[in-house]
Amino acid sequence: MPDTIEVTKLTKTYGPVTAVNGIDFTVRQGDVFAFLGPNGAGKTTTTEILEGLRPRTSGEVRVLGLDPWSQGRELHRQVGVIPQEFRFIEKITPTEAIHYYGALFDTHPDAPKLLEQVALSDKANARFDTLSGGQKQKLGLALALVSEPKVCFLDEPTTGLDPQARRAIWQVIRTLKSEGRTVFLTTHYLEEAELLADQVAIINHGSIIARGTPEQIIEAHGGAERLSVEAPPSMAEYLKRSLPYPVQAADGRVNIEMREKGDALRILTAIEASGIPWKGFSTKTDTLEDVFVRLVGRMDEGEIKGTALA
Amino acid sequence: MRPRRILADLNIYARNYLRNPAALFFTLIFPIILITMFGFIFSNTGASSIKVPTVNLDHSSNESVQFLAALNHTGVVSIQVVSLAPGTNFSTWLGQNGNTVGLVIPAGFAQSYAAHRPVNVTAYVDPQDPTSSGFLQGALNGVANAYNLRAAGGQPVVGVQSSTVGSAVFKYIDYLVPGLIGFAILTSPMFSIAELVSSYRKDGLFRQLSLTPLTRAEWLVAKIIWYTFLSVISAVIMVTVGALLFHSTVRLSLGVIPFLIFGPFLFVSLGILAGSAAPTPESAAVVANIVTFPMMFLSGTFFPVSTFPPGLALIAHIFPLYYIIDGMNQVMLFGNATRALGDIGIVLVLGAILFVAGVYTFRWREK
Ligand SMILES: Nc1ncnc2c1ncn2[C@@H]1O[C@H](COP(=O)(O)OP(=O)(O)OP(=O)(O)O)[C@@H](O)[C@H]1O
Ligand SMILES: [Mg+2]
Repeated sequence: MPDTIEVTKLTKTYGPVTAVNGIDFTVRQGDVFAFLGPNGAGKTTTTEILEGLRPRTSGEVRVLGLDPWSQGRELHRQVGVIPQEFRFIEKITPTEAIHYYGALFDTHPDAPKLLEQVALSDKANARFDTLSGGQKQKLGLALALVSEPKVCFLDEPTTGLDPQARRAIWQVIRTLKSEGRTVFLTTHYLEEAELLADQVAIINHGSIIARGTPEQIIEAHGGAERLSVEAPPSMAEYLKRSLPYPVQAADGRVNIEMREKGDALRILTAIEASGIPWKGFSTKTDTLEDVFVRLVGRMDEGEIKGTALA
Repeated sequence: MRPRRILADLNIYARNYLRNPAALFFTLIFPIILITMFGFIFSNTGASSIKVPTVNLDHSSNESVQFLAALNHTGVVSIQVVSLAPGTNFSTWLGQNGNTVGLVIPAGFAQSYAAHRPVNVTAYVDPQDPTSSGFLQGALNGVANAYNLRAAGGQPVVGVQSSTVGSAVFKYIDYLVPGLIGFAILTSPMFSIAELVSSYRKDGLFRQLSLTPLTRAEWLVAKIIWYTFLSVISAVIMVTVGALLFHSTVRLSLGVIPFLIFGPFLFVSLGILAGSAAPTPESAAVVANIVTFPMMFLSGTFFPVSTFPPGLALIAHIFPLYYIIDGMNQVMLFGNATRALGDIGIVLVLGAILFVAGVYTFRWREK
């Protein structure tokens, strides 16, 4: 499969601020690519450079083989975009907006079907300025689909949406993928990335600090599986003395890192033997979110450098 | 340029526009208020009339005084009888005193009239100021016609009515109608486009549009079509209200159409320029006002430029709206196609310059 998006040594500076610092990545055709990072990491900057909305300072960028900045007109017929803060003409309804985009892209969109897809049917004929933030966002997504794009750039499409609506959007993204379209997604919801993404990149301070499938990233940067019980810190003290495993106490819980599943039995035996009251045990592996928080935290404390990790 | 895209953009813009009560008020209701107000206040006074220094050589006979009074009643000219020292050349005197028109009533006017003998009053006109001379000639022809009719038919004729422009008596309202059409051509784009451009930019709407196949030129053309449509509507309203309420005799003719198209073309472009130059929607409104207000008052909108003091009349010539209103006067009142052609030429050249400058400064994405 050819790469739909190719980014090489991309850098973007705003005066003294380096928003994107020489990043590299590729997105394969048909993949859902999740671009993660804390506020101000450089996600929107990168996304808008890929969309052809901003010029880059240096580096190479190709989307569908085109340079987004100088070949924007050609590119824009083939991509759908939902900007981070979608706005539209105030007194226009979603149905009218879809027909408008249809005329601009020379397609004949099925407005009721599109609106149903993004769970906005009930507001089909409401004026844009009367829509809630989440409803506006849904319209943005519907408009991004009007052109039947080969690539969709979705900058935080689910931010501010209720859980129901988020699931509707996830379904849209799955449908896009099943139709063979490429999706470039930014989000702050790590579980979303874990659920939807084939490939993930984590960016912080303009540098990519991790890249791969969600599983690869968790594997590479996640900790061991832990057994966790609700117990006072004295339990942690006791276990540290009696077990050969790392033990931490936090938020009224005690976490013990296991090496393998069988260790659980030995740990529980020790807990029971302590005579200290405890309840509610569970086991836990790192999620993408745990890894994300740890990586970003370590980078901000200066422990690791961007792009040193892959 | 794809017609489907232009029409789609026009459709969306029109819907949004029509759903905005304030915009509708300014487009449709406000001009009616203006024409009614100005019509009632100024129709029957000479407030806006052209001063015509007049020498009455008929020793102020009854007939000559009445003839001059009839001219005054047209509301277009204001007769000011002067007496000159013997031997003064009237034409020279007029020029020295900054007048572009003058009138002489010959000796024996009353006698000739009573005897139904042809008698000529002499109008002095300056070819450099065809508007004033047009006004004077129009008023003279009209009143003279009325007199002839009365003398010939032996019946008193009250007021003058005529359908041919050349001999019509122009009333204030007849100048107000083209003036207010010009007002609408100027204000409806200027008061919305500049702010619109600035707020579309702030809200990121232009960036979004830049991701569609719609081009800036197509977007602009859609706006020009919309404001042309609005000017046609206001032209129809003005002419209708003028005729119904104030018996104005001006009518729409094909010659007005170029002004209804190229006027909005010019001012939409100027609005784009103002909106692109201003950093915020608020300052865009201020910039638009600074450009619009002087032009609105000094281009002959409410009063013919020929009634302005000479300095102000000169300033009027720097405003594009002056040429639009003057041109519409030439077409609708005086039937002076040559001069109207000159006016539309100026409007076209200015409009083209502003359009190119507008497209050039008008950016949809950051540089
Ligand atoms: N137009 C601009 N001018 C100057 N600095 C900018 C501009 N746009 C972004 N920045 C800076 O670039 C950095 C990256 O911003 P960007 O919008 O790409 O972050 P982001 O990852 O999308 O954040 P968020 O999650 O909050 O949307 C930030 O430090 C921001 O302040
Ligand atoms: Mg962002």
